[in-house]
Amino acid sequence: MEAVRSQRKSLANDVVSTLPLYRSAPALEVRLEDFELFAMDRLRVLKGISDGLSRGKKPKEMDNLVRDLWKANMMHPQASEVVNKDIISHFVLRLVYCRTALMAEFGLSYKAVSNSEFESIKDKLGQVAKSISQPLPTADVIFYKVPFEEVPELVAGRRVFIHKGNAYIAANQVVSLVATQFRSHLSKALSLTNRKWTSTLREQEKDRLAPIVEALSTSYLGPDYSQPKGFSEISVKDIDELAKSSFPLCMRHLFEKLREDHHLKHGGRMQLGLFLKMHVAMNLFDTFVLDTLSETGSLGINSHGTVWGVGLNLDDALLFWKAEFSQKVGAERFDKEYAYSIRHNYGREGKRTDYTPYSCQKIISSTPGVGDHHGCPYRHFSEENLRAALSKMGVNSRGMEDVMDKVQNRHYQLACTLTFEAVHGSSCDSGINHPNQYFSDSQKILQSKNHSTV
Amino acid sequence: MTREEVETGMDEMEIDGGEQREGNAVPEGFNANYLKVYYGKLFPHADMFKWMSYGNDGKHPGCDQSYFVRREFSFTLGNDIYLRFLSFNSASELENSIKEKCPVKIDIGPVYSVDPAKRRAYAQTGDNVFTPVERELIFDIDMTDYDDVRYCCSGADVCLDCWPLMTIAIKVLDTALRDDFGFNHILWAYSGRRGVHCWVCDEKARRLTNEQRAAIADYFRVYKVGNENSHKKVSLTGLALHPFLARSYTEVLRNFFETKLLSSQNLFSSEERYEKILDMIPDESVTSELRGKWQENRRSSISKDDINVARWEQLKHLLQSGKHKGQGLRRCIEEIVFSYTYPRLDMEVSKHMNHLLKAPFCVHPKTGRVCVPIDPNQCEDFDPTTVPTLSKLLEELNMGGVKADADNDWDRTSLGKSVRIFRSTFLQPLLKSCKEEIESAYSSKLQQSKNSISW
Ligand SMILES: [Zn+2]
Repeated sequence: MEAVRSQRKSLANDVVSTLPLYRSAPALEVRLEDFELFAMDRLRVLKGISDGLSRGKKPKEMDNLVRDLWKANMMHPQASEVVNKDIISHFVLRLVYCRTALMAEFGLSYKAVSNSEFESIKDKLGQVAKSISQPLPTADVIFYKVPFEEVPELVAGRRVFIHKGNAYIAANQVVSLVATQFRSHLSKALSLTNRKWTSTLREQEKDRLAPIVEALSTSYLGPDYSQPKGFSEISVKDIDELAKSSFPLCMRHLFEKLREDHHLKHGGRMQLGLFLKMHVAMNLFDTFVLDTLSETGSLGINSHGTVWGVGLNLDDALLFWKAEFSQKVGAERFDKEYAYSIRHNYGREGKRTDYTPYSCQKIISSTPGVGDHHGCPYRHFSEENLRAALSKMGVNSRGMEDVMDKVQNRHYQLACTLTFEAVHGSSCDSGINHPNQYFSDSQKILQSKNHSTV
Repeated sequence: MTREEVETGMDEMEIDGGEQREGNAVPEGFNANYLKVYYGKLFPHADMFKWMSYGNDGKHPGCDQSYFVRREFSFTLGNDIYLRFLSFNSASELENSIKEKCPVKIDIGPVYSVDPAKRRAYAQTGDNVFTPVERELIFDIDMTDYDDVRYCCSGADVCLDCWPLMTIAIKVLDTALRDDFGFNHILWAYSGRRGVHCWVCDEKARRLTNEQRAAIADYFRVYKVGNENSHKKVSLTGLALHPFLARSYTEVLRNFFETKLLSSQNLFSSEERYEKILDMIPDESVTSELRGKWQENRRSSISKDDINVARWEQLKHLLQSGKHKGQGLRRCIEEIVFSYTYPRLDMEVSKHMNHLLKAPFCVHPKTGRVCVPIDPNQCEDFDPTTVPTLSKLLEELNMGGVKADADNDWDRTSLGKSVRIFRSTFLQPLLKSCKEEIESAYSSKLQQSKNSISW
């Protein structure tokens, strides 16, 4: 994608034929004005969704909201322009948010089947369509080529043509598959964009695109999403500080035990490991893509529409755990016995599902045994230990009694919320539902404090 | 089992192996003493180790030295003692253990996250890390599942009249595994008695999740499930056959049905048999017309052609004729052919990573036949009745005299051909691509660690 000043080629003939999976930046020339305008429009949609979510709208209401927002901001009198605007704005925002999103993860790619390839397998695709009583594919139906492993349900039902390990899926079959793929793909793409931006583009574009990108990232959605250090590299050594300032008690406890014992049992490794794992929840983007991709419109919106997670990618997670465990069991045993399960958590081994961090519900309902340190401290600690831990976190005696009161009434998440409020000195209206939410909310507060004191 | 036990068992079988050998004639049968010789001189230990190492036994820094030891083996000993979760550190450990324990059956399980022999130690640390991480995609096809469509034999017996059912299974699955799923390293082996085993060994096959395995197994499934006749009912719905089924039908099933099974199984030769086929046609007018012809035809019995072929042609003709051209009835012909020919898989074996499967080159204790590899490109020539037996191999070994060079013992017997098939059609190309994969994975890992990690 190239930005040009004011003069433009007609985009109409260059409509990007790939549906918005945003795999690669389109080879389009974009007017500088559009560059910014399109991105602003998309941000308005995002902001609207974000507001809707925070006001607790139901999935059905959100569906309507998303559709209205999309209509209001992303439409264009020319149909071809809608697609281009969608794609351009996506990539501009990617450029903007790569600077703040925490990212890595491998992407998985969908390849749109080219016209010539389509012609060569058209008969087979038609056969499949007939076999499942679907209308025959025409040249304007886009087919994607994906490794058959990614679409097991379509394979099992013989609802796709499979050749040499690739399944050819029709656009209307994509919907059920895109969500997970897109997220991991986007997070990787963000990382690449980030690298490119900081290594070359930012300097090259310092008089042209850079100010726009800077402005977009700070002015609209506000400082919440930007990092105080600008493009920052959080490293393993920062975790100690983050643990003190922003980890919920359950994670802080695990973290301290790990530093102390250089070991955690399975339950603890899972709970802490997944919490630390980088987890870019790009659900808002997903929702757009899915909504525009399909006319089904029945997609629920995930309630966490923000970028959260502490952000240890796999390599660093391995480094981090190894640094501790090897002090206890030796590096070799770590490599042999523990590295696997960490890779497993990151979806690189075994089932290869990408495990998501545990929610409060899951942690509260866990049953830690002797020698285990996972679970919810508000539920699983003795009163004495809990009081000690809370005062170490800096909860004053009045706050302490409030917390203990909730604990006695078994409102563990409320107890955690009160702790959050006591520690941060600000309210937490949404309540704590997830350790990663605790972390990201904490970071937002701390960062806005930093900004205001500067 | 100790050495003493082996020898006691031998006595009970009243066979004095040592002396019988003099005249080259080795009595039929299967016993621990023969097995000892087989494992000592003929079993291709090194090939098995090479296979199960998938290139990780090399010197390349990308090799996973812990790979082979994480593989589960299990031995069935002569007295029905079943040893699971065995693991071996090296080729020689595996070979020595096989020679010492002399298992009547060797099963191969998955590669686990940790050494399966030490799984208890891991369990005690409270870690749930003992879990299968790799396993070949396997298929098990057993002739007993075809008893309702073969009239020559039943149960554990097989003959050249029904064996084509296995040939069909190999052809259909092998083509689909390669052309559809893109796998390249596929080993077919005779199960030693009444079926075939398939091992798909590509790296991506070994790493399939249970869900993905189940998806592939379901891709191959055409039989309705849910009742005791689950194998009999083939249901082909839709306006066309899926390309995989269509190809299987036109390239394999129809041909085998019409040129082989129709006559060899005498599928239309009696009322009972053709009624079974007429049952699959949901149109009373068609079935009664055919029934009328065939009952009359039996009385006159003037047909010089094979009665099965003639009746099949009549059936087809009637179903394809103008007045019955409805799609539902045309699909009938295909459903009949599928019912009598399409591969019947033991789905559970394929769906789960932790299913065990008998290793090739084992000797079947009931038949004494070696589980030899089958070249899928020559599977039509495979004859289960001429597969080398343990006693035949020992005889050949005795005839040749004992050479000092033990490596070539199998080459002096009819097992030589099987080992060569194993190597040339399977092992060598497999190890070549394993080597390439290890090298490229290693270099991309290096590349990755060079790139800075951004947060
Ligand atoms: Zn037979």
